[in-house]
Amino acid sequence: MEAASATAPVLELRGITKRFPGVLANDHVSFDLVPGEVHALLGENGAGKSTLMNIVYGLYRPDEGEVLLNGRPVSFSSSKVAIRNGIGMVHQHFMLIPVMTVAENIILAEEPTQAGLLDYEAAEKRVKDLADSFNFHIDPHARIENIGVGQQQRVEILKALYRRADILILDEPTAVLTPQEAIELFGILSTLRREGMAIIFISHKLNEVLDIADRVTVLRRGKMIETVPAEGATREGLARLMVGREVLLRVDKTPATPDEVLLEVEGLTVLDDRELEAVRDVSFQVRAGEIVGIAGVDGNGQTELIDAVTGLRKAQAGRVTVAGKEITNDGAREALDAGLGHIPEDRHRRGLVLDFTLAENIALHDYKEPPDSRLGWLYPSRLIARARRLLQAFDVRGGGPLTRAASLSGGNQQKVVVAREVERDPRVLLAAQPTRGLDVGAIEFVHRRLVEERDQGRAILLVSLELEEILSLADRILVIYEGRIVGEYGPDVTAEELGFAMTGGTEEQAA
Amino acid sequence: MSESPGGITPPPELPPATPGPPSVAARLAFYQRAGGIVTPVLTAVLAFLVGGIVVAATGHNPLTTYKEIFNGTGLNWFFQVGSHDIGLPFSDARIWFPWNVNDAESEAAFNLQQTLLVAVPLVFTGLAVAFAFRCGLFNIGGQGQYIVGAMVSVWVGSSWAGMATGFHVVLAIGLAALAGAAWAGIAGFLKATVGAHEVITTIMLNWIAYWIGNYAFGQGGPLQNNFNESVPVSNDVAESARLPVFWGDALLQGLHIGFFLAIAALVVYWITLNRTTLGYEVRAVGFNPEAARYGGIPVRRSYILAMAISGGFAAIGGALDILGWQFRLGVIDIQSTQIGFIGIAVALLGRNTAVGVGLSALLFGALLNGTSTRNLDPEVFQPELAGNLTLMIQALVLLFVGADVLILVAWQRLRRLRPRRAGPAQEAPA
Repeated sequence: MEAASATAPVLELRGITKRFPGVLANDHVSFDLVPGEVHALLGENGAGKSTLMNIVYGLYRPDEGEVLLNGRPVSFSSSKVAIRNGIGMVHQHFMLIPVMTVAENIILAEEPTQAGLLDYEAAEKRVKDLADSFNFHIDPHARIENIGVGQQQRVEILKALYRRADILILDEPTAVLTPQEAIELFGILSTLRREGMAIIFISHKLNEVLDIADRVTVLRRGKMIETVPAEGATREGLARLMVGREVLLRVDKTPATPDEVLLEVEGLTVLDDRELEAVRDVSFQVRAGEIVGIAGVDGNGQTELIDAVTGLRKAQAGRVTVAGKEITNDGAREALDAGLGHIPEDRHRRGLVLDFTLAENIALHDYKEPPDSRLGWLYPSRLIARARRLLQAFDVRGGGPLTRAASLSGGNQQKVVVAREVERDPRVLLAAQPTRGLDVGAIEFVHRRLVEERDQGRAILLVSLELEEILSLADRILVIYEGRIVGEYGPDVTAEELGFAMTGGTEEQAA
Repeated sequence: MSESPGGITPPPELPPATPGPPSVAARLAFYQRAGGIVTPVLTAVLAFLVGGIVVAATGHNPLTTYKEIFNGTGLNWFFQVGSHDIGLPFSDARIWFPWNVNDAESEAAFNLQQTLLVAVPLVFTGLAVAFAFRCGLFNIGGQGQYIVGAMVSVWVGSSWAGMATGFHVVLAIGLAALAGAAWAGIAGFLKATVGAHEVITTIMLNWIAYWIGNYAFGQGGPLQNNFNESVPVSNDVAESARLPVFWGDALLQGLHIGFFLAIAALVVYWITLNRTTLGYEVRAVGFNPEAARYGGIPVRRSYILAMAISGGFAAIGGALDILGWQFRLGVIDIQSTQIGFIGIAVALLGRNTAVGVGLSALLFGALLNGTSTRNLDPEVFQPELAGNLTLMIQALVLLFVGADVLILVAWQRLRRLRPRRAGPAQEAPA
């Protein structure tokens, strides 16, 4: 199809079709990959990207179509065979053993031995040489549980390189990374590309695809839409291919009309899990009808601030008042009853009980009140009826009220959380990282919804690590740095100014 | 609209489901559910297979041994299928029935009564473990809670003779349940307040209950009988506190109405978990305590309540044994009973579901009874070996339950083999 690629493709997929009960995950998808390129696979959650790559990696077998490796048709019966044929895959959820060291994890299943015994020193040396040759900064002795997520990802990449992969598949590699770590990852990928490696980069984020990829193949609902060169492509164009309609990447909103103060935080000081001060004497107000954004680099006290405001963590000092009622240290139930809605930053750890059905998850706050229950007696049929209505209203796809929450895609899970929180008609809505891991369509949905809620007179506190999200949504922006609010800005502040403040810039300026 | 190749049709208003994420944990959870019925059955079958190998190794025929054990359980009563005389006067009317209706006095019937008699407390100690499990707690204290229930019921049952029968029984069972709830509640309270691990605290409470029993019913103890001070047993339970026997001979240890209480307890267990806000809280805490806390559920209170309810279940089991057929509690009983511990195996094999606990209580009850010295012909297999065989099968079941994952993987392999061959054939109709 593409005449442009001069070198022969190392991997070629022809007319791949894969069916699951009730769904056509891949519908005659064709794809090719040449050495020395980063080929992005772009599509919304559930578009069939992961399925396609799992076929390449030998986890699934296609119902139709063929996979050609170096021009030869192959059929991998398991991922082991795929690995032996030079295919490496870094999954979204890392497959590392936390208590083992970096080196041990990398050599796992292909340990260098001497007289039948593990030659640990040789292993360590090989890992170190490998890391050095690609300019990875990593300590082979460190235990996985003690290193950060970005480092763990490098271990996964090294593991693939150690097994002599020449095709590397990365499944949404930036979903778990901070912006800084993502930049480092892109550096590594550029190095690998120069070395002639062929890289498949699965993503649904337009910016990073344009940053790193040479070619982009767009999937939508299992079908291959188009393969385009990244050069000359635009965010808007790719978004249209991905979603199948025009997408508003900018949030449309009118200027805020702030009314009475609904959330007031005064002199709040909170300790983190290690009993160190994470939030220091923070004060701010959020008024009805405005979105206040809290911007900051990860780990500057955002989590502890959210927890203290929502009653999930004790504050050392200070007061939290929701709609005129003080709820400091009263607990989650009191915060909810005072009219505080909370979209938590981690929907798996906190936002959802993954083993519960969607109906049960939607009832998480109100299961004790009519109509969900009376005098301790639960009415599942009412839970289901309400869930059915909400799932429809919020366009949740991939399951009904009796589906387990775990089987939904991330975007749809988040819609369930948003639906539940908004449905309670809260006075104050605290949205923490509300679009983490979501695709373009879902982000647009959540953003539009937050603005709508604002326009209905709710006070919205948005805590996000994504600068772009803060800039496009917030009416006022507070910057948090080392647990303190170090600056307040209007909505027309530039990203550069904010970025400077987020790294402690203003403090020095003021001094 | 959507091509759905046979299989499950998605709900009409919803677009087709996206396939779940293929992470290891997700797949494991999937197979755990998929193998929901298959794996416990496989577990039991494997345990019996390995047990059979051991029997063969001792030079006996495993098949005849198992058959003999099976007959000892009384379960063969159900297999006397046929057309039976129903004894209608002045006629020889016969009726087809899955068991022999005229055979209520037979040896099989008697054996079955004994099997069910053991299964009844096992249902309760099994539920004690299962309920706590659903709240994310591992209750090892069923044994102590069972003993507490037995002690309180024998004390209440042997005091106040001459009380109205129904009231005396209800009082004895009720107080036993409350005592068991309080006993287990201690562990829940410690977990909720200072975070003491329930495995440790329940084991310690087991020993405390054990030694209280040894003291209270031992020689010179406050609850020892007042007819022979050299015998370390309690007074006998008064007639007014004894459970009526509805099947078999009351003097020959027939089946008491606690059997129906056991069935009711299974129903109550299911309803509590699935139809009450309390059960909702317990399950939410069990699946994800952090999400439960976020949802406004009082997590600590759930821990205490779940433990208390568990303790109540186990204690009722103890009370039913005392009021149903033992009628007295001796130090030797406290020292030798295993009912509480077997409850752990019952819950594990039953996967903490109501039906599963009921069935596995029956299995373990049958095993205990079928291999007892009374039932097994020494010609076939020495009873003293048979007792050990029970323990072995029990241990093997536990081992295989623990090794569930292994069975799941084996199961997964089997299933993977099939579609590979059936693959192309499947394509044609679709």
